[in-house]
Amino acid sequence: MTTDAQPATALTPVLSRNWDRPDSFTLQSYRETGGYEALRTALNTDPDSLVNMVKSSGLRGRGGAGFPTGMKWSFLPADNPKPRYLVVNADESEPGTCKDIPLMLANPHVLLEGIVISAYAIRSSQAFIYVRGEVLHVIRRLKHAVAEAYDAGLLGRDILGSGFDLDVVVHAGAGAYICGEETALLDSLEGYRGQPRLKPPFPAVSGLYASPTVVNNVESIASVPSIVANGVEWFTAMGTEKSAGFGFFSLSGHVARPGQYEAPLGVTLRELLDMAGGVRAGHELKFWTPGGSSTPILTDEHLDTPLDFESVGSAGSMLGTRALQIFDDTTCVVRAVGRWIAFYAHESCGKCTPCREGNFWMVQVLDRLEKGEGTEDELDKLLDICDNLLGRAFCALGDGAASPVMSSIQHFRQEYIDHVEQGGCPFDHRKSTVWGADS
Amino acid sequence: MSTTTTFSDEVKARLEVDAKEIIGRYPQSRSALLPLLHLVQAEEGYVSAAGIAFCAEQLGLTKAEVTAVATFYTMYKRRPVGDYHVGVCTNTLCAVMGGDEIFETLKEHLEVGNNEATEDGRVSLEHVECNAACDFAPVVMVNWEFFDNQTPESAKELVDDLRLGNDVRPTRGPDSLCTFKQASRLLAGFADDRATEGPQAAGPSLVGLELARERGWAAPDPDDLPPAPVLDEGEGETK
Repeated sequence: MTTDAQPATALTPVLSRNWDRPDSFTLQSYRETGGYEALRTALNTDPDSLVNMVKSSGLRGRGGAGFPTGMKWSFLPADNPKPRYLVVNADESEPGTCKDIPLMLANPHVLLEGIVISAYAIRSSQAFIYVRGEVLHVIRRLKHAVAEAYDAGLLGRDILGSGFDLDVVVHAGAGAYICGEETALLDSLEGYRGQPRLKPPFPAVSGLYASPTVVNNVESIASVPSIVANGVEWFTAMGTEKSAGFGFFSLSGHVARPGQYEAPLGVTLRELLDMAGGVRAGHELKFWTPGGSSTPILTDEHLDTPLDFESVGSAGSMLGTRALQIFDDTTCVVRAVGRWIAFYAHESCGKCTPCREGNFWMVQVLDRLEKGEGTEDELDKLLDICDNLLGRAFCALGDGAASPVMSSIQHFRQEYIDHVEQGGCPFDHRKSTVWGADS
Repeated sequence: MSTTTTFSDEVKARLEVDAKEIIGRYPQSRSALLPLLHLVQAEEGYVSAAGIAFCAEQLGLTKAEVTAVATFYTMYKRRPVGDYHVGVCTNTLCAVMGGDEIFETLKEHLEVGNNEATEDGRVSLEHVECNAACDFAPVVMVNWEFFDNQTPESAKELVDDLRLGNDVRPTRGPDSLCTFKQASRLLAGFADDRATEGPQAAGPSLVGLELARERGWAAPDPDDLPPAPVLDEGEGETK
């Protein structure tokens, strides 16, 4: 892999552009880089025009599913007299996904500005940030930013003299991956076990407290101020026709310089790896996830696949959260998949049988296979379980669990069989570690 | 571990003030249940029968209803954890990068199993799922603060320092660690004054931005946008 060629796509830092200021998380710093100017513009705009603006920008949800954000907003029924709620999904926990946490740590105000604009646009006066509990310092920074915003008249009553009121509550979760699913999140926010609800009705019609509710990902909401400030054409000048704009691409694993790369959608892994110094020295790319563990794995055949919703879909996977977990030739795919399924089994909420039982049994089978105690027939058993999971589980957690199993058998069937034939794992796991590259 | 099923009058009187404030944040009182469970965990270091009874009483729920919720979420502990609760990420990416070796090393070094505390009650150990810091793998959390890019050696040193009472500093967090109980109080929604401590961003969070600065890359100038691509409306093609 070349490391000196200039990639055709350039990075476009928008949400991360002030992160190298040591005080980037303060209100003063955010204002010095133009923060809250878009809010003034928005508060002088008709709310419906803002909804239309976000719609025409083509912004699609950055939390994995890619549903058009403006369209989600426009589904709120006009004739429902109940209060409307805006809920920010900050429960980032899809394996490999690590973009919202550094964003909220470094620049919580861009999220808050997005919340005020979005709440104004959908005519909501109460917003919640549901943040996973396992990130103490992020919660501190969010609460600090909320307090600063209240003091500055950017939250609370009559924001900037506009007559618009908004309260924001930072709500810490308690350790449950399923609460990243929007209806499970709402149940959790209502004080129940976080289990998904049957849809329809969708949250837009009957969400928090059975009121019209919009649930959006952190990065989606944080992208709104830049669209208001710079315009729809600016946003659509980045990305592709159907996957407009920019987003974080989070490289992790066996790569020379892992980290956050904010780029137009449609950038390729080859380009990103060039920027990141390539796969770690002396090794080759073996497999990778385009958007977290719930998106089917891809291989070096897919290095030039544009990372936009459509192209990754055509390649047999999903763009997801752009969580690019890179695994090199030292990695055992059976071990990797087995660990992911142990995760899905642990995090399955137990509500529906295919997911609760399917993941439990897949853990047993994968564990046997990894130890070399399985049989080749068990690959068919795994695929059979996946067949009962995919599209048959109550929510996307079950679909997600089928992804790594099915895609790994598709691309690496022989490696599973090698475990069976050799009676054990052919890999030395120490060589995969950060310190074991040269051992 | 407390065997009584209610808090003392003193504790109850004190926590009732906090509970009232928490409940007041929400349009409907039951939404306060998760923060209230964090609150009782801040009092005792775990969610006891007394803690569950307290939450139930504050919200007008049955103890069974509260227990159903408390047992669903991994962060609520049913037995006391250490003053410093150490979580080693063993989800796939961290495990592959060395998290498995770190977890094995710590189990052996501390002579504890998963979800167990050392005899002196200082440190407890647990393997955790993805903590959204994959670009810093392998990751260890202590009381839910980040200790990035760990090795078995650095993790051993970390837990030794915790047991000896030496100051340790998270890589992306405040200047020093608070205890598990103090952390739980923050999760209940009571902020401490440490938000401005520690870095705004570190290492991997900045690599893309630094590269963009070095190469002069930026998002388009809104006042000087490139002309929009002309869509080819080929003859005879219909949508």
